[in-house]
Amino acid sequence: MAKDLSTGYEPMTSIDAITAGLEGVGYISTRQISTAVFLALGLRKPILIEGPAGVGKTDLAASLSRWLDLPLLRLQCYEGLDEGKALYEWKYGKQLLYTQILKEKLNDVIGDAETLQDSLGKLSTFEDLFFSEQFLESRPLLTAMKQEAGSVLLIDEIDKSDEEFEAFLLEVLSDYQVTVPEIGTISANVPPLVILTSNNVRELGDALKRRCLHLHIGFPDHARERRIVRARVEGLDADLLNQMVAFVQSVREVDIKKRPSIAETVDWAKTLLLLHATALDETFVRDTLNVLLKHESDIAVIGPAVPKMLRESLVQKPGGRTSSGYPDLG
Amino acid sequence: MERPLTNFIRALRSSDVRVSTGEALDAARTLKLIGYADRDLLKDSLGCVLAKSPDEKVTFDELFELYFSHSDRQNQQTDREDTPSDASSESGEAPDPVDLVESGDETGLAMAIEKAAEASGVDNIRFSTQVAYFAQQMVKQMGGEKLQARLLEALQQGGQEGDAEAQRLIDVRRELTMRARERAEKAFDVFGAGETQQFRDDFAADKKLSALDRSDMERMKRLIAKIAKRLAVKHSRRRRRRNRGQLDVRRTMRANAGVDGVPFNVIWRQKRKDKPKIVVICDVSGSVAQYVRFLLLLLWSMKDVVPDLHAFAFSFRLGSVDDVLEQNDFETAMAKILREYGMGSTSYGQAWSDLKIHHEQIIDRRTTMLVLGDARSNYGDPRIDLFREFAARAKRVIWLNPEGPALWGTGDSVIPRYRPFCAQVTHVSTLKDMERAVDEILSAYN
Repeated sequence: MAKDLSTGYEPMTSIDAITAGLEGVGYISTRQISTAVFLALGLRKPILIEGPAGVGKTDLAASLSRWLDLPLLRLQCYEGLDEGKALYEWKYGKQLLYTQILKEKLNDVIGDAETLQDSLGKLSTFEDLFFSEQFLESRPLLTAMKQEAGSVLLIDEIDKSDEEFEAFLLEVLSDYQVTVPEIGTISANVPPLVILTSNNVRELGDALKRRCLHLHIGFPDHARERRIVRARVEGLDADLLNQMVAFVQSVREVDIKKRPSIAETVDWAKTLLLLHATALDETFVRDTLNVLLKHESDIAVIGPAVPKMLRESLVQKPGGRTSSGYPDLG
Repeated sequence: MERPLTNFIRALRSSDVRVSTGEALDAARTLKLIGYADRDLLKDSLGCVLAKSPDEKVTFDELFELYFSHSDRQNQQTDREDTPSDASSESGEAPDPVDLVESGDETGLAMAIEKAAEASGVDNIRFSTQVAYFAQQMVKQMGGEKLQARLLEALQQGGQEGDAEAQRLIDVRRELTMRARERAEKAFDVFGAGETQQFRDDFAADKKLSALDRSDMERMKRLIAKIAKRLAVKHSRRRRRRNRGQLDVRRTMRANAGVDGVPFNVIWRQKRKDKPKIVVICDVSGSVAQYVRFLLLLLWSMKDVVPDLHAFAFSFRLGSVDDVLEQNDFETAMAKILREYGMGSTSYGQAWSDLKIHHEQIIDRRTTMLVLGDARSNYGDPRIDLFREFAARAKRVIWLNPEGPALWGTGDSVIPRYRPFCAQVTHVSTLKDMERAVDEILSAYN
């Protein structure tokens, strides 16, 4: 297949191709998600993904890397993350070790030099030795730039990093190049496909947002959630699957501290499978509610309502209700 | 084909969605990539590129529906103009409006309306009051004057035939006017509504708070939420400052253990900055109550940035109102506060002594003490001694006075006596003043 010169990636023929491709590696996409990926590949822009925890933000990056067969480089952000951890660092230890070893050879090099001036002149021919790529420890950002065939660069939970780091990222994100003072500017041969995720711990800067495509992934609707669980957990009875997804969907409508996301649904499905459940009954759901809900107070709210919710989830037709595009607004 | 896009971006900007030039260029590139053909795809793609927060997405979706529903027709029109069969109408005069309306040619009529809309510049509409004007301009563009002349002629002619003709022309004119109005209203929804809102908000922010009436409350609440968000974004930066020059020996040694303790990687001590702590003391006597409402609403909307926030209310006795505000929705809480503390004659001296006895430990060296009141103490003892003590304990004391400086010190106002202990005494009469004051307080913690 001919490579598109402007992006270095194989041109994506259509959004459907992306959806199908992602599904092939087990990621059930939506039209919005596929559109964002399509644009990211076409415009060479990073995608900033926001949304509640556990809806598959990080997983999108992993799936893209599997599908496009590109290495995944992950940079987990945290408070205090700096260039040294994100970009590169000199291998001080190795440099030190080498100077020790080379000490003995020093005489051979300087050898017959008479004056200090002469020996300095001789040494200066080796000056760049210790600040060469050999002693450069590359961290995720630099590694991503150096990948010959491109890569998927995941910058996870960017909202947890400091603002200075966010500013530092701008060069990387808009020009796909990094500058190492001792060596020079290293620009990516094939720009990486960059995915940034944010849980909205703090408001991100406008400058960063401007450089990215913005994608919001919310909770999935019934049909999509069912497909996701089916893709992730094999051997679950279809009726049981319907019922449990309907139950989770109705739990999400209750005003609780932490609404269960896809990750929790999948965990719960695995639990059901492990316990050889054939149908959801009240005691069973109560016993396993802690898989779905992560706060004591949430369990206290949902617990008494379980029988009613179960009855409703039995009545509900699969796919009968679809949630809006952004269900967790407001 | 670029025109619909630039217009759409203008509409977004007028509705408070910030679109930079770079993003506009991205949008143009996106269009080149996907084209106009698939509407849903267009919406998703442009949403990705132009709207960068959930709030903006909502605005974007609304505007997209509004804008591209009429833009579709515009495109249709462009398509038709390209075809040679239409060349006559292109080059010639505007088609006769009577024929147009009576022929029932919807597309032709829509085209004429669009053409007139363009000629009269209806997309520049700002206020809803301009709708009638623009509608009239559009009718004129479509040959309204000629129509008027024919109508006069028919009326002069009189008789059964003339009357019928006149009636026919009147119907045509009504139809045209109606259509033009619809189009102008739509233009207002897309381009004007956002800016009108903005204009009214700006106006409200500059209005004297005491002059507001009930009908302004909703707008003010929205406005306060907006201001609170703005301040929160500005002040939620992480608080850390590098204190260069002071070596952190322990961490440096640990970091360099791998290189034989040679300090390649030097770590300096860092000092965390104080988190803001605000103690707000409000005079809730009749004259000041309105201001208290807005200040508390503003501060309470910023709980995320200032978790350490305590409020006291007094007129005669002083008490903490944190719980009331915490447990009720704002309006109920406010009513309760006014009922409990709003009666009685104002005594600042009594308030200070209550504060001293029951809540003194709440004021510490990182506290900003914010007083909202007119300092009219009914000639009672102002207890300057206690106030001075608080001022010494607190980081800063800020006094917001709803009265203008000209009135300070007149009658029973004792503000000049408190003034020496305050870092700042400010006259607040509008929401903007309040925003500035809160901004200033939070800036002191950076």
